[in-house]
Amino acid sequence: MFGFGILTGLTFLPLVGAAFILTLKGESEATLRNAKWAALLTTIVVFLLSLVVWGRFDTASAAFQLVEERAWFGAGLTYKMGVDGFSIPFVLLTTFLTPFAILASWESVKFRLKEYLVAFLVLETLMIGVFCALDLVLFYLFFEGGLIPMFLIIGIWGGKRRVYASFKFFLYTLAGSLLMLIAILAIYGKTGTTDIAILLETKFPPSMQIWLWLAFFASFAVKMPMWPVHTWLPDAHVEAPTAGSVILAAILLKMGGYGFIRFSLPMFPDASAYFAPLVYALSVIAVIYTSLVALVQEDIKKLIAYSSIAHMGFVTMGLFTLTTQGVQGAMFLMISHGFVSGALFLCVGVIYDRMHTREIAAYGGLVNRMPLYAVTFMIFTMANVGLPGTSGFVGEFLTLAGAFVANSWVALFATSGVVLSAAYALYLYRRVVFGALEKPSLQTISDLSARELVLFVPLIALTLYYGVRPGPILEASAASVANLLQSHTALANAAHVVAQAAQ
Amino acid sequence: MSFSTALAHHFLPETILALGVLALILIGAWRGTRAFGLVNELAAGLLGLAILALFFGQTSEASLFEGAFVDDAFARFVKVLTLVGSLVTVLMSRDYLQRAKLGNFEFPVLVVLSTIGMLLLVSADNLIALYLGIELMSLALYVAAAFDRDDARASEAGLKYFVLGALSSGMLLYGASLLYGFSGTISFDGIAKAITGAPPLGVIFGLVFVLAGLAFKMSAAPFHMWTPDVYEGAPTPVTAFFASAPKMAAVAITTRIVFTAFPGIVGQWQQIVIFLAIASMLLGSFAAIGQTSIKRLMAYSSIGHMGFALVGLAAGNEAGVRGVAIYLAIYLVMTLGAFAAILQMRVEGRPVEKISDLSGLSRNNGTAAFFLAMLMFSLAGVPPLAGFFAKYYVLLAAVDAGLYPLAIIGVLASAISAFYYLRVVKVIYFDEPAPAFDQSPLSLRAVLAVSTVFLLGFWLYPAPVVEAATAAAKSLF
Repeated sequence: MFGFGILTGLTFLPLVGAAFILTLKGESEATLRNAKWAALLTTIVVFLLSLVVWGRFDTASAAFQLVEERAWFGAGLTYKMGVDGFSIPFVLLTTFLTPFAILASWESVKFRLKEYLVAFLVLETLMIGVFCALDLVLFYLFFEGGLIPMFLIIGIWGGKRRVYASFKFFLYTLAGSLLMLIAILAIYGKTGTTDIAILLETKFPPSMQIWLWLAFFASFAVKMPMWPVHTWLPDAHVEAPTAGSVILAAILLKMGGYGFIRFSLPMFPDASAYFAPLVYALSVIAVIYTSLVALVQEDIKKLIAYSSIAHMGFVTMGLFTLTTQGVQGAMFLMISHGFVSGALFLCVGVIYDRMHTREIAAYGGLVNRMPLYAVTFMIFTMANVGLPGTSGFVGEFLTLAGAFVANSWVALFATSGVVLSAAYALYLYRRVVFGALEKPSLQTISDLSARELVLFVPLIALTLYYGVRPGPILEASAASVANLLQSHTALANAAHVVAQAAQ
Repeated sequence: MSFSTALAHHFLPETILALGVLALILIGAWRGTRAFGLVNELAAGLLGLAILALFFGQTSEASLFEGAFVDDAFARFVKVLTLVGSLVTVLMSRDYLQRAKLGNFEFPVLVVLSTIGMLLLVSADNLIALYLGIELMSLALYVAAAFDRDDARASEAGLKYFVLGALSSGMLLYGASLLYGFSGTISFDGIAKAITGAPPLGVIFGLVFVLAGLAFKMSAAPFHMWTPDVYEGAPTPVTAFFASAPKMAAVAITTRIVFTAFPGIVGQWQQIVIFLAIASMLLGSFAAIGQTSIKRLMAYSSIGHMGFALVGLAAGNEAGVRGVAIYLAIYLVMTLGAFAAILQMRVEGRPVEKISDLSGLSRNNGTAAFFLAMLMFSLAGVPPLAGFFAKYYVLLAAVDAGLYPLAIIGVLASAISAFYYLRVVKVIYFDEPAPAFDQSPLSLRAVLAVSTVFLLGFWLYPAPVVEAATAAAKSLF
C-alpha cells in the first residue's frame, strides 16, 4: 500500500489499534471491554500477518528478504526494512507473545487501562521495528524508542518501588545505547551509509573495529543484560506488571542478543574474535554467579529474573563460540527462553493476581488446591532447567556443545550452571507448590480460570513441540548462520595464512 | 543596489517590523492602557507578516548597506526561527499578562523591537552591525525582564540581566575594537582576508572577547550565571521569549562570525567553542538535577542545549553548521512547547511553577500530560522524537570532524540530563494528583499541541527542515 511493503504494514499495524483505542471516550465498563478486545484483535491480526510474512520467507536463502526501501532523511539515511534468518524468528516471537501480554492484563490492570493497552501496542510496533530495520539509524530509533513505553509501563502500573526501577531501567539502557550511537555516527562518517546490508559487506580496519565493537557491546550488554551491568533487570522485573515482565524477559532482552548476531559478529569479526575470551568470562560469571544469587531470593519474580540473566549468559557464550552449534543454539535458546520465561512470569502473575504478594514464603502446598496450575508451573520450571524433551534443553545443549568445541574450560564452568539452575528452580517449585497447604490465606485460592488456561495451553504446546522437534526454528536461521560462519572461517583462514607467511 | 530596493526586497521583514512598531507605539500612546489587546494582536500580525515576507520574498544572496548586512539562506533560516519564537511568545503572553495586571501595550512593542534587533544581528556582516543588533535586542530584553516592576524577583532579574548584559556588551565591544585595531577593518570578510598565516595575539584576544560576549547572550557556561535567576524571576511569557528567539540570534551570529571572519584560524576558535560546549553540557545536566522550580529547570536545560548546539559549531565544517541550524529549529519548538505547558500551570487563578505542582497531571488532564511528557522525552533526546535528530546531526558532524571526546562527553551529559527530564515525566505520570490546573486559553493549548505533534511526527517527514538547514549551511561557505 502506498508503495510500502508487508513489513511496514506489520510494524505499524499495532499503531492503528492504538489510535482506535485513543478515540474511545469514557471509562465505562463497555468502553474498557471494547478497548481490551480492540487491543487483543489488533495483536492477533498482527500475528496472523506475521505468519503471512513467514509464509513468504524463503528459509534456504541467507539474503535479506521482503526488502523495502525509501528515501528518508537523505544523505545515506534511508527507510529500509527487511528480514533474514536471524530476524524472522524474533519477529514471530514478538507477534506471538504480545497477544498473551494483552490477555494476561485482562483483569489485573485496574486503572488507566486504555493508556496501558496503547503503551503495549506502541511497544509492539517498536519491537517489530527493531527486528525488521535494515538501516542502522532506523534500528536505533526503534531500539531506543522502546524505552518510552516500557518506562511508562513499569512506572505507572508497577509495584511499590516502581519509580526507582523504571529510572534504573531507562538510564542504564540509555547510557549504553548512546555509546552505540557514537559508533553508528562513526560508521556513517567512515562509510557514508547506514544501510545494514552494505555495512555487512564492509571491512572495517581492525583498530577501528575494536572501538566500534566496544561501543555496540556497551549497548547490547546492558540490554541483554550481561554481568556486571545486569542489576537493572531484577528491579525492573520485580516492579513491572505481569505483562511488562513477560515482554521484558521474552523480547526486550533478546534485542541484545539480536544486536550481537546482527552487528557485532558479522560487522566486526576481528574484534569479535579478539574479545571472545572477555565475553566467555563474563558469560560464565553470569551463569554461575546469578544462579547462586537466584538460590537465595525471597521473591519469585526476582528469582526468575536472575535465572533469565543466567540463561542469557548461555546465549552470549554460544554466540561468541562462532561454531554452528553455538550460534544456532543461542538463537534457539533465545526463542525458547522467550516462551519459557514469558510463561514463568505469567505463572507468577496468576498467583500474584490472587494473593498480591510475590514472597515465596507466602505460598506453599498450592498443588492441593491448584492441580492444573501445579502441572503448568512444573512444565515451565522443567523447561527452564533444561530438561530433555522441553525446548530449554535443545538450546542449552547446543550452546554447550559449541562451547566444548571452542573452549572446554568455558564449557566446563558453564555446565555447572545447568546443575545450579536445576537447584534453584526445583527449590522454588518445592517451596511454592509442594508441601501441606497450611497458610490460612491460601485456603480459598482457586485454580486456573478458562482465560488463564487459554493463555498457557499454546505456550505449553510450543515448549514441548520445540523440545521434541527443534527443526523449524533451527532451519529458519540455518542459512544465515552458515553465511555468518563462512565469512568468519574465511577470515580465520586468512589470518592463519598471514601468520604462516610471517613465520 | 539602491537603498530603497534593498529595503523593499532583502530587508523586507525588518522594514515591516520597524515601520509597524512605530505605528504600534502611536496606537499605544493614543489609546493608553486599553490598547494592550489590540497592540498585542497587531504585533502578532506584524511578526506573521514578516514570516510571510521571508517565505515569499527574495531567495538570492545579497550584501546590503555597504556590506553592513547580508541576506543569505542562513540568515533567512534563522530569521524565520526567530520570528516564530517571537510570534508564539506574543500569542502565548496575552492571557498571562492580562491576569497578572501587566497588560500594558509596551510588552508587545518591546518584543517586536527586540526581534528587529535579532534580525539585524542574524544578518550582521560587520562589527558595527553586530553591535547594533545585539544592543537593540538586549535593551528591549532588559526592560522585558523587569516588566513586572512591582515584583521584587522580576526587578532583581531585570537588574541582574542588565548589569551582566552590559558587562558582556563591554567585552564584546572591547574584542571588536581589538579586532579592528589589528586587522584595520570592521567587515567580517575583511578580517578574514587580513588574517594570513599565524594570527597576531591581538586578534586572538579580540576573538576571545567577542566569543565571550556572545556566549553571555546565548547563556553558554561559564557565562550562564544570569540565566537561572532571570528565567525564574521574569514573568513566564518573558522567560519563554528569553528561552527562544534571542538564543536563535545569538547562536546564529556566533556561527556566522567564526565562519566568515575567522575561517583561517579554525583551530583557534574551535578550542573555545569546544570548551564552551563541554562546560555548558555538563553544567546543564548536573545543575538541573536538584531544581524544584520548572522555570529554573528549563534555564539549566537551555544551557545544556546551547552546549549541544555548540557541539555542531565545534565541528567547524558545513555539516556542523547544518547540525546547528537543525538543532536551533528543533530546540525552538521544544522550548515553545514546554513554555506553553508551563504557562498553563495555574491553580485557582494563580500561576504556580514548582515541578511538584505538576503531580499527577495525567489524571487531571491526560492530553496536556501526554504532550508535556513527550516534550520532556524530546528534550532528553530519546528517539523517535525530534530532539533525538537535533542531537544526531550535531554529533554526526562532531564525529565526522574527529571530535570523539566531545561527542562522548555530549552523549554522557545527555544521559545524565535524561534523569531530570524523566523526573518531570515521573511527577506527571507516577505521582498522586496535585490540585488540578485551571482551564487554559486556546492559544496555549494550541501551541502545546502543535509543537508536540511536530516533535512526534518529525521523523515521518523531516525533509523540509533538513533541506532548509542544508541550504542555510551551504550559504555560509
